[in-house]
Amino acid sequence: MLGKLTWDAIPFNQPIPMAASLMVVVVILAVLGYTFAKGWWPYLWREWITSVDHKRLGIMYAVLALVMLLRGFTDAIMMRSQQAVAAGGHQGYLPPEHYDQIFSAHGTIMIFFVAMPFVIGLMNFVLPLQLGVRDVAFPVLNSISFWLTCSGALLVNMSLMIGSFARTGWLVYPPLSELAFSPDVGVDYYLWSLQISGVGTLMTGINFVTTILKLRAPGMGYMRMPVFCWTALASNLLIVAAFPVLTATLAMLILDRYLGFHFFTNDGGGSAMMFINLIWIWGHPEVYILVLPAFGVYSEVIATFARKPLFGYRSMVAATLGICLLSFMVWLHHFFTMGAGADVNAFFGVMTMVIAVPTGVKVFNWLFTLYGGRVHFASPVLWSLGFICTFVIGGMTGVLLAIPPADFVLHNSLFLVAHFHNVIIGGVLFGAFAGYMYWFPKAFGFQLNERLGKASFWCWLIGFYLAFFPLYALGLMGATRRMQHYDNVQWQPLMLVAMLGALVILTGILLIILQLLVSIRQRAKLVDRTGDPWQGRTLEWSTASPPPAWNFALLPQVQGTDAYWTMKQAGRATARPATPPAYEPLEVPRNTPVGVILAFFSVIAGFALIWHIWWLAIIGLIGLAVTALSHAWSVDREMVIPADEVAAFERARVSGGGS
Amino acid sequence: MSLADSLTNPADEPVGVPYSERGPASIETVASFGFWLFLLSDVVMFSALFAAYAVLQDHVAGGPDGLKLFNRGYVLAETMCLLVSSFTCGLMALAIERRATAAFYLWGIVTFVLGAAFIGLEISEFLRMIREGAAPERSAFLSAFFTLVGCHGLHVSLGLAWLATMMAQVGTLGFRPQIVRRLLCFTLFWHALDIVWIGVFTIVYLGARW
Amino acid sequence: MTDLTEQPTHEPQGRPPGVERGGHGSVLTYLTGLGFAIVLTLASFWAAGTHLVWQPAVPVLLAALAVGQMGVHVVFFFNIGSGPDSTNNFLALAFGVFVVGLVVFGSLLIMANLDANMMPSMDQLMKMQR
Repeated sequence: MLGKLTWDAIPFNQPIPMAASLMVVVVILAVLGYTFAKGWWPYLWREWITSVDHKRLGIMYAVLALVMLLRGFTDAIMMRSQQAVAAGGHQGYLPPEHYDQIFSAHGTIMIFFVAMPFVIGLMNFVLPLQLGVRDVAFPVLNSISFWLTCSGALLVNMSLMIGSFARTGWLVYPPLSELAFSPDVGVDYYLWSLQISGVGTLMTGINFVTTILKLRAPGMGYMRMPVFCWTALASNLLIVAAFPVLTATLAMLILDRYLGFHFFTNDGGGSAMMFINLIWIWGHPEVYILVLPAFGVYSEVIATFARKPLFGYRSMVAATLGICLLSFMVWLHHFFTMGAGADVNAFFGVMTMVIAVPTGVKVFNWLFTLYGGRVHFASPVLWSLGFICTFVIGGMTGVLLAIPPADFVLHNSLFLVAHFHNVIIGGVLFGAFAGYMYWFPKAFGFQLNERLGKASFWCWLIGFYLAFFPLYALGLMGATRRMQHYDNVQWQPLMLVAMLGALVILTGILLIILQLLVSIRQRAKLVDRTGDPWQGRTLEWSTASPPPAWNFALLPQVQGTDAYWTMKQAGRATARPATPPAYEPLEVPRNTPVGVILAFFSVIAGFALIWHIWWLAIIGLIGLAVTALSHAWSVDREMVIPADEVAAFERARVSGGGS
Repeated sequence: MSLADSLTNPADEPVGVPYSERGPASIETVASFGFWLFLLSDVVMFSALFAAYAVLQDHVAGGPDGLKLFNRGYVLAETMCLLVSSFTCGLMALAIERRATAAFYLWGIVTFVLGAAFIGLEISEFLRMIREGAAPERSAFLSAFFTLVGCHGLHVSLGLAWLATMMAQVGTLGFRPQIVRRLLCFTLFWHALDIVWIGVFTIVYLGARW
Repeated sequence: MTDLTEQPTHEPQGRPPGVERGGHGSVLTYLTGLGFAIVLTLASFWAAGTHLVWQPAVPVLLAALAVGQMGVHVVFFFNIGSGPDSTNNFLALAFGVFVVGLVVFGSLLIMANLDANMMPSMDQLMKMQR
């Protein structure tokens, strides 16, 4: 009746997952109860859950990312503490079967449910505003994408409470991930969760590429777009091109596990090596999907706070597109040691080094932007400067690893772990935090507390170096990754330093949370009246904070790069018009529950497929079909905002906003 | 000149204004471009399955190979069904352009029947192979074959369901802009499936000769 | 879906590629496409079985015929024109073709290379013994 699901699935006999699960359930119930008691649910449903507004969805993506950061970081603390004590004969406190799930969940959650949602959330919020238009190309699809991502996150987290997670690492290599060697549901949780959220991500890619290429304000030709839009375009092109490969590869593994196919099995002629080849064809572009929007954030932040136009706009665009193409030509560097010949290894090694060149061009452009500028050291700038130092070091260790003979020594060692955390934290996460602190006032109408923001930055910076530089040394000393314990007690002091670093990072995270709470309390004092708290250069700063649902009452006429800066310099930004402009009624898409309902049935279907509850899976699929069909017949999809409402908003802004 | 002034005085001479500076595109352009991107992503997904098939072609694990299993005449029949259905789909598109309801239904139904014939032929081929012991669990080659060809067949089946839905939508809602956009997206989808099939029959069926 | 154009719509922007400008002439387009496609398809099936062509060249011939058939579809059935409104479509298509090429040929090359470096099978080892 219930497939493989029995009461044994709940980890009654494992104290740590049990305690964690109980804590999560309590927190969820508390949040639900509180919001219910306060009567917020009708508002939340109407204005947020069913919203198709890119600004709201962007905020929700960021919320998802920050919540999942807590879960992923908890896994990290557990790993660090285990490795800090499990030296010599000591076994630590986490048995291998549990430790293996922790590092697998850590990687999966951080990549798919922290980094991806964070950058997608930033792009979601910012792109239409910077492009000078009212919304993305497909607003309803946008909502569906978000909720499918949430479904994936929910499924992964359910594995904590019901069943177990994969023990294979975050990329589930066969033969270990095949049914013969991972007979329990862990790998299935991974597979279905990522297939569901992968659909959402692919739709986001299509949505954003279409938006950037087809929906821009009049006058905004390609070479007048902000650089953030260019990097977003490159990132989303990569999503459209790479995610289908992930879908196909995971589908093949699903077929192996569910129907006894032989794609990657040891017997029947399967080839496990092909999985690794295909998954990294996706995997390498994936990291560029993450880092390119972060590069875009830095371009915006550095230009704004240096009070100078970005140096080398054209070379930035060329470098971005170059990285986009080259990112598809380096994937074998993830498996130099799998046995390809020296010629093949050499080709990919050289290509990997080549991709450092356009990245270097970007770094120099940022430096040249800062040079000669009057830099205002607000917290977004600190994150950017921290990025430049940290990411460059991480990039250099990457070039080192790109040399196949060196990689033969260092593959899957802690050196590798240090390298990719170096570039992901230094590159992606610092960029996400910079973007978060930079655009927060635009999103919410009040600024974040600067002192706490800076304090958080310093904790993250110092904590990162403390946590990961010992790993470089350990890797060179022979330490491999994913160790539940190790024999060489000489490694322990460095592990302890790493643990200390993790605690400093924890402080940084807590400071970010504190910053948010304090800023909410102080919001009256921190209010942003002008919509342009940082003296920005791009069009999003010309709107109110937060922008109205329609973003722009009249689409701006763009005449150059840094469109808003040009308007301000020409005195056109705030001059009162001679006659009041004629506002027209505006059509905006109606909110719709189709996204959250599709996500609901996806969770049902996914859970059922994981536990082999076939009748429930069929119900889930029928639910999906019925929802889609009823949405197909909904014709009243837009609502009209009357011209007076638009006019009233704009008048209030002009009179109350000041210069 | 104030911001508001510059906002309300757009360049009203489209001639000479570069295409990329003319402001947001129409919804038809946006929808069809978005769907074009989706088709490209679908083609990339098929290419991963093609790659798996190409690599695993010879991994027959002592079982039957393509030369032994495939029936050229059958494949030619399937190919013709799909190709002609692509043509009739084009005629259906022309009928949509003219808003000619009767012609739309005629060519829509013909397209549906041809597509269903394709699926019928394919399913009977699969069943025959399984009866002969060439099931997908037999070897990596067969797993790859059934997955690649089966995935294409699944797409065609979903396309048939979509076509049926669209015919129902025209019947209930008429040729409103929203429906016409969806119909044009369907025609793009259907033509793309035929393109993928060209790859399938060339590489899988005709390619099995050596 | 929101109509985001605010100012008087500049009509040339408005047409997606493939939207018919004429009417009946396009039945001819589809018929021509069908004709070419049938010819090329039958040619493929013939080429796969014939002995009139030098055998090692047959895969190349099949590939050329397949590309030809795909081209016929794209030109005659998709009706992608060459105007400025189609540039994005072409660029996207080119990117897609690039990725497909990498995935398929890259995988084939890499897997063949890996296979070549695998330990020989029992049969091959036995052959090497003699």
